[in-house]
Order: sequence, then structure tokens, then C-alpha cells
Amino acid sequence: MNAVLSIARKEFADGLRNRWLLAISLLFAVLAVGIAWLGAAAAGQVGFTSIPSTIASLASLATFLMPLIALLLAYDSIVGEDEGGTLLLLLTYPLARWQMLLGKFIGHGGILALATVLGFGSAALAIAALVPDIQLSLLLWAFGRFMASSILLGLVFIALAYALSSLAREKSSAAGLALGLWFAFVLVFDLGLLAILVVSQGQLSGDLLPWLLLANPTDIFRLLNVAGFEAAGSVSGLMQLGSDLPHGSGLLWACLLAWSAISLSLAFYLFHRREV
Amino acid sequence: MNAVDIAGVDQHYGASQVLHELNLTLAEGEVLGLFGHNGAGKTTTIKLILGLLKASRGDVRVLGQSPAHADVRRLLGYLPENVSFYAQLTGRETLQHFARLKGAALSQCDELLEQVGLTDAAMRRVKTYSKGMRQRLGLAQALLGTPRLLLLDEPTVGLDPIATQSLYQLIDQLRQHGTSIILCSHVLPGVERHIDRAAILAGGRLQALGDLPSLRAQAGLPIRIRLHDSQARGTQHWQAQGLAASAINGGHWFEVSTGQEGKLGVLRQLLAESAVSDVELHQPSLEDLYCHFMQQAGGNQ
Repeated sequence: MNAVLSIARKEFADGLRNRWLLAISLLFAVLAVGIAWLGAAAAGQVGFTSIPSTIASLASLATFLMPLIALLLAYDSIVGEDEGGTLLLLLTYPLARWQMLLGKFIGHGGILALATVLGFGSAALAIAALVPDIQLSLLLWAFGRFMASSILLGLVFIALAYALSSLAREKSSAAGLALGLWFAFVLVFDLGLLAILVVSQGQLSGDLLPWLLLANPTDIFRLLNVAGFEAAGSVSGLMQLGSDLPHGSGLLWACLLAWSAISLSLAFYLFHRREV
Repeated sequence: MNAVDIAGVDQHYGASQVLHELNLTLAEGEVLGLFGHNGAGKTTTIKLILGLLKASRGDVRVLGQSPAHADVRRLLGYLPENVSFYAQLTGRETLQHFARLKGAALSQCDELLEQVGLTDAAMRRVKTYSKGMRQRLGLAQALLGTPRLLLLDEPTVGLDPIATQSLYQLIDQLRQHGTSIILCSHVLPGVERHIDRAAILAGGRLQALGDLPSLRAQAGLPIRIRLHDSQARGTQHWQAQGLAASAINGGHWFEVSTGQEGKLGVLRQLLAESAVSDVELHQPSLEDLYCHFMQQAGGNQ
């Protein structure tokens, strides 16, 4: 266990040293505050509107950002060490491969979680302090759920980044794979679903489609954060499919957790198979 | 108990076989030089000992156990051929990170940095290190936790002559303390005095194994005796005495070749002549032996 913590500690220290933590936290805080106050500008309104619409906008943003940041943070974890010669060295140490990967996961996950809490948390504090008559319990619940699901989404993509990094022979190809993965989940998947909807013209079983959303962790994340806010009218487009799913948010949490577990298992498997 | 036991090992990478029936042992406190061309199987042998590869056939034991065992790994030190470490960490932080992973005392780090002459650079980022400095940092890393078996892959690459000498002195010291060492190298001159035995690999086969005298006997290479004749009597004079002599640089210097067994007889014969004013004895060096066994291997294939 000591070895795992030593690896985690180094990755975390790296995140502090190269200003990743600072940069991500600041980015999140600025974006969150900006969205909270200017999100309704298009509707001719400036100022804080409501918690549901703020969270919905934040979730749309985090759907793009969180996977991208997680992939950037972790894409070179394995292949980078290989290129530097340290992977070969580490594998001769009294340290199993799973320990090495778990240590990295804890370290990277720690950086991402802390940045999320610092960044979005400070935005929540700003809203609590500056908006009069805010419903504190709702704010806490909505932001807590948003931050927890953001972290989980980040962990999924950190683990997927390890899987790619274990496959790639060069750092540049790992970066390319990561970018491809991001496109696939964040952009292509939803377009594909829409295409299926349009082409099938309702022929396709309407019961099946909502379940397909669960095959994409970024969609699960968005569903989680708009659930319960349907009344606010901020749920639109593909996300409306999600309201057809049974069991509400419990299922969604379980799915997101399953996604992180499966991604991490895949990373363990691929890293274990990698030859040095 | 032997530090390393490799018995009847074959190793395949896909369709190609990179090691053929390798048998190699390393006693405790022994220094073995492992030599061979690129692709001869040196790195594969090292990876087998490190437990990074599993032998396709045969058995590898390190310190009496399977090399993949964590207890064995704690007792191993390894200097890889090319390691650039983490550019953003200082030398000291790098060493401390590896010490934590190995379960070595952190207090050892500063001692080791001093031992390899990196004390002044300890607080600088590894990014700013030269190749030789990285090599020395790698060496300090290999010595963490006082290993009982040390594998050094091209340890002298990038080192200046002074640093190379101090590396060899360090190897001598470690041997005296009972550390077993395997030294892989392309740099042959200078290394022969610091190894107990040499193993020469070519094309995945062990071509020769033994200490220098036995390798010399096995190779049967001639000993070359150079002599300075103050009277400059020419080659015929020596050939008339039954010596295989040839002139070098014209004039005064001649070279006589002889086998190991005839060496002393020839020397006596030469020393009996008062005109011989200087004699140099050239035993086949490790380099000569290496080239000989390599050519032999090339002829066999």
C-alpha cells in the first residue's frame, strides 16, 4: 500500500508543481461565476436567474470540459513513462503494475477532485453570498450533486486515458487517441443517436433509445444534473429521452459508477498486457 | 546460493528466437561482464533476470527465488541503458521518490548523491542535467537499499574518464562487500580488470564464458612480443632463429608471435641477446577475444 501512496503522492505533487490544480480551479471558478450571472444574457437578462438554469448551463459546459481536462491530465501516464525509460525501471521495483496504476489514479483523481471542489465550490459560495433570498438547501444539493457527478465523470475519463496510454506506443499517438475518444463521446455519440431517431422515423422501439444514453458517460452526467429540474423547462433536446428512464437518479449514479469501474478495469487489463 | 541461475533458457519474441539454450550462473560477490553486439540477447537476458520477461522455456532463479517475487526485487539494483527520469523533479526528489518505492531509508539519498558526485546538483531539476549526470543519478538509484545483485546496462555511456574510473572503483568496492554484479557494456578497454568472468553473446547464443586466462586458452590467440633491437639486424636474423617475427615501423622494432605455451621460452631466448634493449608483452585483450569469438560466431552462422 505504501508504494501506491508514493506513486499517488508524486502524481499529486506533479499536478501542484506544473500548476494544473491552479489552472483548472481558476478556469472552473471563472466559468461557473460567469455562467451564473451572464448565462441568461441571451434572453436579455443580466444577473443570477435560477439554480436550475445555472446548473443546466454548467452541466452542458462540464460535459465538454471535464472529459477534455481528464484526458489531458492522464493521456501520457503510461506511454510517457515508457518514453522516459522510467516505466522499465519502475517495473523492476517491488511494485505491481496494478499498484502503479492505482497510485496514478488516486493522484490524478485527487488533483481533478480538488480542482472541481475549489473551482465550482467557490462559485457556489459566491452565489450564496451575493444572491439575496437564495434557497441555500437547494443550492447546496444541486451544486453538491453537480460536483460529485463531475468528479465521477472526470475519473471515468482518467481511467480511459490510462487505457489509451497503455495501448499507444508513442506519446503523440496517445494524444491523438485521446482526442478521438473525446470527439466520439462528446460530439459524435449524440449526433449518431439523433440520426437514428430521424432516420427510423419512430419505427425504432421508443423504449430502447433512452437506454442507449447510458452507453455514454457524458450523457449520464447530463441526465443526472437535469433530473428533478424538468419543471424549469431547461431540459431540452436529447436529454428529454432520459425522462423515460425508470428509477430516476439512482440508476444514473449506478451507471456512472459502473463506467468508472469498467474503465479502470480496462486500463488495468491493457496496462498488464503491455510489453516493455 | 547463486545470485543468478539461468538454466536452459530459450526466449522467443513472436516468431523469432532471441535466446538459444542459455546457461549462465553468477555466484555471490562475483562480477560478470556480459558482452555482445546489438541484438545479441544482452537486454533480453537482463530482462529475464529482472523478471520483466518470462522465459519461453527453461528456468531463471534470482537469489534462489523466482525473479518476479517482490522480495527479490527489493534486493535488486538496476541501471537501465537509457533513462531520463522526471524532468521536473530535482535530482534529490527523484532519488527520494525511488527510495520510497523501494522501501529504502531516505537518509541514504544524500549519501548516494555524494558518492556519485551529484551533491552540488542535487537541488537542480533533472531537466538541466547532462547525459553523464543522468547516468550517475541512475547509478545512485540502482544502489538504493544496498542491493545484493546489481545489473548495470552500459554504465559508462556518457561518463568522462574520471567518472568512469570512479565507477570501476565503486564496482570493486561493492564486490568486496559481497554484491554480485552483471555489467553489460560495449566499452571493452578498461573493464577487464574489474570483472571476474566474461560472457560473450552472439546471435542469442553464449559463445564463450569464463575468466580471462581461460578465454585466452580457449581462443588460442597468439601472444605478441615486441622487441627493440639496438643493432637493427632485420627480420631475417630473427626468423633464422625460428621465431615468427615481423618488422614494425621499419628499423629497430620487431614483433614476435607465439602461443601461450611457448611464451616463456621465446622471452628467455630474446633476453639472452644483449642487443635486445626493450621488450613489450601484449596478451590478447578482452577486445581481441571479443573480436575472435564474434568472428567465430559469424563463421558458424
